This record gives sequence, C-alpha cells and structure tokens, in this order.
Amino acid sequence: MSTTAVETSAAATEPEPGRKEPRALRRRGQRGLAASLASHGLLIAGSIVALFPVAWLVFLSLGPDKDDYLHPGGIWHKMTFSNYSFVLQHTNFFEWLKSSLIVSLGTTVLGVLVAATTGYAVSRMRFPGYRKFMWVLLVTQMFPVAVLMVPMYQILADLGLIDSYLGLILVYCSTAVPYCAWLLKGYFDTIPFEIDEAGRVDGLTPFGTFARLILPLAKPGLAVAAFYSFITAFGEVAFATTFMLDDQKYTLAVGLQSFISEHDAQRNLMAATAVLIAIPVSAFFYLVQKNLVAGLTAGGTKG
Amino acid sequence: MTVAIDRATGKRRGDRGPRPGPAARLRQSYQKHWYAYVMIAPVAVVLGVLVLYPLVYGLYLTLTDANSLNTARTIGVNHIDATYKFIGLDNYKDILFGPTSYDRFWSHFVWTIVWTALCVILHYSIGLGLALVLNQKLRGRTFYRLILILPWAVPTFVTVFGWRFMLADGGIINSALHALHLPAPQWLEDTFWQRFAAIMVNTWCGVPFMMVSLLGGLQSIDSSLYEAAEMDGANAWQRFRYVTLPGLRSVSSTVVLLGIIWTFNQFAVIFLLFGNTAPDAQILVTWAYYLGFGQQPRDFAQSAAYGILLLAILIVFTSFYRRWLNRNEQQLAI
Repeated sequence: MSTTAVETSAAATEPEPGRKEPRALRRRGQRGLAASLASHGLLIAGSIVALFPVAWLVFLSLGPDKDDYLHPGGIWHKMTFSNYSFVLQHTNFFEWLKSSLIVSLGTTVLGVLVAATTGYAVSRMRFPGYRKFMWVLLVTQMFPVAVLMVPMYQILADLGLIDSYLGLILVYCSTAVPYCAWLLKGYFDTIPFEIDEAGRVDGLTPFGTFARLILPLAKPGLAVAAFYSFITAFGEVAFATTFMLDDQKYTLAVGLQSFISEHDAQRNLMAATAVLIAIPVSAFFYLVQKNLVAGLTAGGTKG
Repeated sequence: MTVAIDRATGKRRGDRGPRPGPAARLRQSYQKHWYAYVMIAPVAVVLGVLVLYPLVYGLYLTLTDANSLNTARTIGVNHIDATYKFIGLDNYKDILFGPTSYDRFWSHFVWTIVWTALCVILHYSIGLGLALVLNQKLRGRTFYRLILILPWAVPTFVTVFGWRFMLADGGIINSALHALHLPAPQWLEDTFWQRFAAIMVNTWCGVPFMMVSLLGGLQSIDSSLYEAAEMDGANAWQRFRYVTLPGLRSVSSTVVLLGIIWTFNQFAVIFLLFGNTAPDAQILVTWAYYLGFGQQPRDFAQSAAYGILLLAILIVFTSFYRRWLNRNEQQLAI
C-alpha cells in the first residue's frame, strides 16, 4: 500500500478524505444528500428500464386491434379486456397451460426423485470414480441444446415419442437431473455429518439414514431443486418448438409463438396471452426467489 | 495422527495391513462402496440413457451424411429405411475448412464470442453496480429490489415478445427516437442493429440474476473488514478494490462461469427475436438449430456436428477457467 502516514491519521477522523466541502462528522454508513439522491436516481432509472417492457406489454394487451401497437396513443380511448376474454374462450390457451403444467411438473418430480439419492451419495461418500462423476454432472449442465437435439429427435421418432408429453419430459430430465443432483449435493453438504453418525449408531443402514433423517432435513433444498426444474422446464423453447407438433399439445412457450405466422400477426391476442402467462409465473417466482438464489450459487461454491 | 473415516459408515481407512491382490481389492472396494454405487445408480442409468446414448448416437450421425431425406421415416403406413452412409470426418472438414466456411461457421463463431463476452461483461458490471447501490441503507430498498428482478421473474419467452413489439418498425422505441429527432434504426432488419438489439435484450434479461447473486455475496462480507480498512485510511475506491472485490471472488467466479455458459447457449432470445429472418445475427447454437430444423431439407449431420463443436469449445473453456481459478489453491474446488 502506498498510502502515507499523514493520510492515515487524517482518515481516522474523516471517513471520506476525497470529499472537499466542509461538513459535520458523519457516522459510518451515512452519506450526504447528494450521494443518497444519486443512489435513488440510479435505482429509479434501473427500475424504469426493468419495468417498462413488461408494463408496455400489459398496456398493449388492452388495445382491441392488432395494429394498435403502432399507434399506442389510441389505446387510451378504447381500453378493453376483449383480448383476454377472446384468448380464454376461443383459443387453445387452457390446453397449452395443461401441457405446460404436465411437462413441467413431470420433469420436476422425476428429476428431483432421481437426483436426491445421487446428491446424497456424492455429498457423503468418496467412492472410486467420484471426481469423474462430478465432472460428468458438471459437463452435462453446459450441453448446448444443439448437441442433443438431433439425436434425441431421431431416437424419439424411432420410439414414437415425438409429439408426446413423455418424450418432452424425458428430454428435459437430461438437463434437470444432473442439475438437481449438483444442487442437492450442495445442500446435503450443509447438513452436519453428526446426524448420519447418530443414525448409524442407532442401527440404521445408509439408505435408512438417507430416507429417514436426511431427506426430511433437506426439504428446503429439495424445494429449491424443484422450483428450479419447474421454472426451467416451463420456459424452455427450443425442444418444445421442435418436438410438439399438434397445436393441442403445444406448451405455452410454443403456443405464444403461434399467434405470429407468416400471414397474420394477432399481436393484441399475443400480448394478452403473454400477460396471462406472466402473472402466475412471476407471482410464483417472487414467492420462491430468495431460496432460488441461495441454492443456485451454493452448488458451485462448495467443493 | 489423522485417521480417515468414511463419513457414511465410520470405518477406518488409515491403518491397513499389507496390500491385497487385485481381486481382493476389487471385492473390498465393492464391499466398502456398494451402497454409494447403488445410490448413484438411478442417475447413472438416466444419464446413460438420456445423455450418453444420444451423445454417442449424435457423434455417429456427425460422421454420416444424414438429412431429413435419407433417414428412416414413416409416411402414412409406408416405412422408409435409412439410406444415409458413413463419410468419416468430412462434415467437420467441411464446416471448419470447406468452401464458404467463413460465412457458415467462422463469422458465427466470432459473433458468438463477441456476443458472449459483451453480454457477460454488461451483465456483471451492471449487476455489480446495482448490487453495490442496493447494499446501502436506503429507503425503499426492498421495493427497488423487487422491481429490478422483474426481468428474471417473467419467463424469457414472454418478455422477448414485449421487446419485439417495442423494437418493431413503428414501435415505441423508434417513435421515441423519431420524436427526439434521432435516426431510427431498423432494429429487426439491419444486421448491426439486430446484433445490438439482441445484446440489449439479453442484457436486460440477465442482469437481475447477477445483481441478486452479487448482492448475496456483498452481504456476506464481514463489515469489520470495512471498518479495519477505514481505520487504515483506505478511501472508497481502495475499500472497493481491496475488500469488496476479493470478498466477492468465490461468488463472482461461479456466476461468471454460469453466465458464460448460459449466454453461449442462449437460444430463446435470438430465436424468438428474429426467427429465421436474421442469418447474420444467429449465434452458433441458433445457427445449428436452423441447419437441423429450420430449413428444408433438414441437415441433421451438420447440425449435430455443430453441436459437438460447441460442446468441445465449452469443455475446453471450462477446464481452462477452472485451472485458472484454482491456480492458487492446492485442492481443486470441483
């Protein structure tokens, strides 16, 4: 450090020596009015940028005509919920919702169930091949969609699983399972080993310890894995677009695209559908987001 | 003396007798670890069936000239057998060095690198800036936080369409630019502006994750470190440089790696923003998708070969990144 002794002694009484204007001594963590205003200004600007595209979508969804997005000023005079009632009554919205829920929930349940035992095994036991196995789990998470899409398409076509929920669930599991295993390992690592030992002393097998002691304690971790699988599967675009052919079986991500075809673009209906999708999903997201963030980074930071 | 104890069974590992023969060792290893293998068996089976088998099959397809005209398919009641043949490494040779390989692969490759680098830099710096501001004692902090994570809360496939309305020719952004007497670019038609728009939308989508993770990292830094730094006369910049950044190191390394992988593989933003209309703005992932599923006839072999190349790039990058990250540590973090 190149700070001189003079500066050091000055800073002991003045927290921010860079400032020039004379002012009363402040306690640590307090800031001037200007700094506070700047912070608020920055946050308000950021909030507007974050909010505007979504708010705009909501606004456009209230315009009854499909070209209203070109002259949005007109929407004020003819605001209506007709788009919403049309989408709910005359499109396949509920079929799409059903497909989305079946596929996402199926992926979640299957992924978490299969991944839990593995997370425990790699958290507690150092078996030969441990390192390689962790590496495989890590690499699987970074598969680009392009790697598996072609062979998956061929294989599912051979099995007759194209355009079926099961096929899509299986495809999603290929990413959800390794991810959940990785995430759950991070969570199991935070459960003290003494609990396993206590179980063993009381005569439980490793499986008994896992099922009766660890799983109940790991509920928050399991929940995070479930949320994450659900949200990822719900928002997936590439596989769903390619593998679902019947417009009754589209997931919402595919159905939303179907409003814009080469011949016609029903933008008002599309905006209304987008809002209908966004409201429950973001509500769900806000409920779980705190856990989600902690869980996402935990798996990576702990060895 | 330390005696290693297996954490699940409590058996000692430290003091053992003379080294047994290979068969005995195998048996011993089996006896000691069989439950571990049983527990990872479900995932091993799933990975084998859902990842490894398709991967190997895909690898095989890249060595053939398979497309949608010569693969096995069923039309009505007629089943047509596959007629594609093995052509060795010709696909890779064609992609990397063949005629017009610059237009087909290298231009997309360069754009993918630029895209990834710019997006992750923007995600990280904006995310860190907002996290630093949010980490102060401010009125309405929770409120700001909730609004700022909105782009993450709403599914990408929804918000991208919102952006599409805004960026369209007569959309709000161009109207606003026009009102300010600024030139209104063709966001969804002109190559440069397409790329600009793609980076903008992806930055908008990706900042909240960085912000929230880095905020968590900031809050876990011990405040006594800041007090000590102040006592030593560090100014705001020095506190940031020598306390905040090192304190964020482990969170940063994880989120940057995740960010790079996610951005490199980002499919939804570009695909939904442009569809098939912007061949020059496609990154490698969407380009591979276009080759395999967006055109007729579908070129399965080349598409799969792109996929394998992408995976190879990511694996090489990740191993270098990990090595670089762990350069000072004796034990590898992963």
